[in-house]
Amino acid sequence: MSRQQPTDVVARAEAFIRQDHIHEPMHDGFLWATMQRRDAEAAAVPEWEELRELASQIKEHALTHLDEYLTQFEANATQRGAQVHWARDAAEHNEIVYAILQDHGVTELIKSKSMLQEECVMTPFLERRGITVTESDLGERIQQLDGQPPSHIVFPAIHKTRQDVAQLFARTIGTAPNNDDPHVLTEAMRNNARPRFLAAGAGMTGGNFAIAETGTFVVCTNEGNADIGASVPPLHIASIGIEKIIPRVEDLGVFLRLLARSGEGAPLTQYSSHFTGPRKGGELHIVLVDNGRSRRLGMADFWTSLKCIRCGACMNTCPVYRRGGGLAYGATYSGPIGVILDPTFDEYKYSELPFHSTLCGSCSAVCPVKIDISDQIFKWRRVMANKGYLPLAKRLSFAIAGHVFAHPEEYHALQKAAAPAIDHAPHFLLYNQTLNPWGREREIPQLAKQTFREWYLAHRRSHGNQNTES
Amino acid sequence: MATETDAGHRMTEPGSMRIGLFIPCYVDLLFPEVGIATLELLERLGLEVGYPLGQTCCGQPMSNSGDEVNAAAAEHLFVQNFKDFDCIVGPAGSCVKQIRHHFDTIEQTEAVQHVRQHTYELVEFLHDIVKVQDFPWAEFPHSVGLHNSCSSIRGLGLAKPSEIMGTPFNKTADLLAQVKGLVMVPLDRPDDCCGFGGTFCVTDPAVSAQMGIEKVRDHLRHGAEYIASPDMSCLMHQQGIARRAGLDIKFIHVAQILNGGPFR
Repeated sequence: MSRQQPTDVVARAEAFIRQDHIHEPMHDGFLWATMQRRDAEAAAVPEWEELRELASQIKEHALTHLDEYLTQFEANATQRGAQVHWARDAAEHNEIVYAILQDHGVTELIKSKSMLQEECVMTPFLERRGITVTESDLGERIQQLDGQPPSHIVFPAIHKTRQDVAQLFARTIGTAPNNDDPHVLTEAMRNNARPRFLAAGAGMTGGNFAIAETGTFVVCTNEGNADIGASVPPLHIASIGIEKIIPRVEDLGVFLRLLARSGEGAPLTQYSSHFTGPRKGGELHIVLVDNGRSRRLGMADFWTSLKCIRCGACMNTCPVYRRGGGLAYGATYSGPIGVILDPTFDEYKYSELPFHSTLCGSCSAVCPVKIDISDQIFKWRRVMANKGYLPLAKRLSFAIAGHVFAHPEEYHALQKAAAPAIDHAPHFLLYNQTLNPWGREREIPQLAKQTFREWYLAHRRSHGNQNTES
Repeated sequence: MATETDAGHRMTEPGSMRIGLFIPCYVDLLFPEVGIATLELLERLGLEVGYPLGQTCCGQPMSNSGDEVNAAAAEHLFVQNFKDFDCIVGPAGSCVKQIRHHFDTIEQTEAVQHVRQHTYELVEFLHDIVKVQDFPWAEFPHSVGLHNSCSSIRGLGLAKPSEIMGTPFNKTADLLAQVKGLVMVPLDRPDDCCGFGGTFCVTDPAVSAQMGIEKVRDHLRHGAEYIASPDMSCLMHQQGIARRAGLDIKFIHVAQILNGGPFR
């Protein structure tokens, strides 16, 4: 296990907010508007809450019978001419993909968005071996050109303004730096990408759903880029996490009705493409990847995180994510779902993430497969505290507070001593950023002249309170 | 006769109950008027109220940070203080949520289970258990923006969260609607978190402050003179933010409005 310093999500979020007065309001505003659309779409489906419950149950059933459905999927996909590979971890996944590309002499690869391939850090691996990898999803391509990971699982470049993209494209594909017309920028990228589609020896996709009954997998996109990548080059490789299995074709409708409504506030993604075996004259490889998923399946408090369909709704609704941005998390998965997934890859490195949350609970309420995300964030805090990963200041102050709160006489004595101290403390001390982070952003509340307890003793003691004085 | 609450617990007739008044530590120290309003309101309704003098804190600051070891002693003390009451009422959603949901790592003795099942946030107690119909003594001729805390909405079910589909309900608004003169203003983001989040407000100060200022501005934009909440902790944070930014808005606990004071 790595011993890099924990990701400083707090400092990174603060940097996102403080960079100017444009990015954070834009980011928050766009995602809030997406949530408003989501609410309207959900409200238009009378059986919305039943759908969520059904989706949750289908996923729980599939996850608790994963071995059977995976074998069934492999058999059916193989029967239809696909070649199925099994990868225990990221390294095996990358080696398998590289071997397939080598077998076919491929040096140029076009790929659509895949969080799993991000998780496996596949692109740098392939590039080190001389393969040119091009992202074909517009947002993902923007991030690739900027040398950044996606900041959102559905909107990879959502933290960037149009001006940011114009500047980036001017640097990388030669557009005019001050032309931030989205049509112009999109057209420029389209023209830049088309030759790459034609030159690519292979196309890669992920997979949103893998249907055991038929050996089909389904890829949902809005740009149709996955379809070109899977249709133009003769070789199609799909990376699919083992938790993406659903039992039957008829289950798919439940998830398609929820996915785009939840994540984008649209009834469906523009494309929901079904792949059952290779196309005529082509070759199809499916890499089924574990990479920690079976271990997660054994975690009593956290296994239901495997139900996730990567819709992004929890990010859109999360007030902390909307303010601090997705790159702050410094991990493959950001937002509430990232907070509960990332520590399963590296507890120490991601030990600060569970604290980057107000536990407001909105993520659990919005999740289309009813993952108790907020409760899992709370439980991850317990894990981090038990491992001794709480910051020293917190550990010390809690040890003291824990003792004082358990001893009423000390607590009340301390109250009496502290009140005049705060009243007379100089302003620079009260509002010192290191000593008092409350005062950095806020005025300090005034202490009351009399505590409630003192008032009670003065006004209600005669009523004969039966409880012992302390 | 027994009444069935939303939480599914069986209760005895309100009139015959002995109620333990739970005043959270920060209310005791910083907002005694909220404690006084809560006590007076319960007394007006003819309820027998006791206030255990040995109470300190429910353990939430530690528990919320995952530190159950240092929370345990405070939790045990809380149970010790309140176990003999029929039910326990406190004017603070997040503290009640802590007791109901997060007193789960200490040994689940009969006393612990009793306390967890019979601790109520003030609004739900008035709305679901006592079923108060009106507050003839209360008058509040002001425009008010309502801030139901996240703990109250999504933790205790005081109102329908905007994310969940179904018939809207809002117990706090139901009670405030009975107060003469009070005008409730609509908000753009009624149940978006204000960024208090317990220790979050000091461990993640930049994000917390950004959330807080936007929350206060939402109320100001809609002409609220007061932000009212059943959770003083959110208001403590918002008040600090508003004062720092020089924003002209006042803060008040729902108990003070329903009791007709004290207003400090």
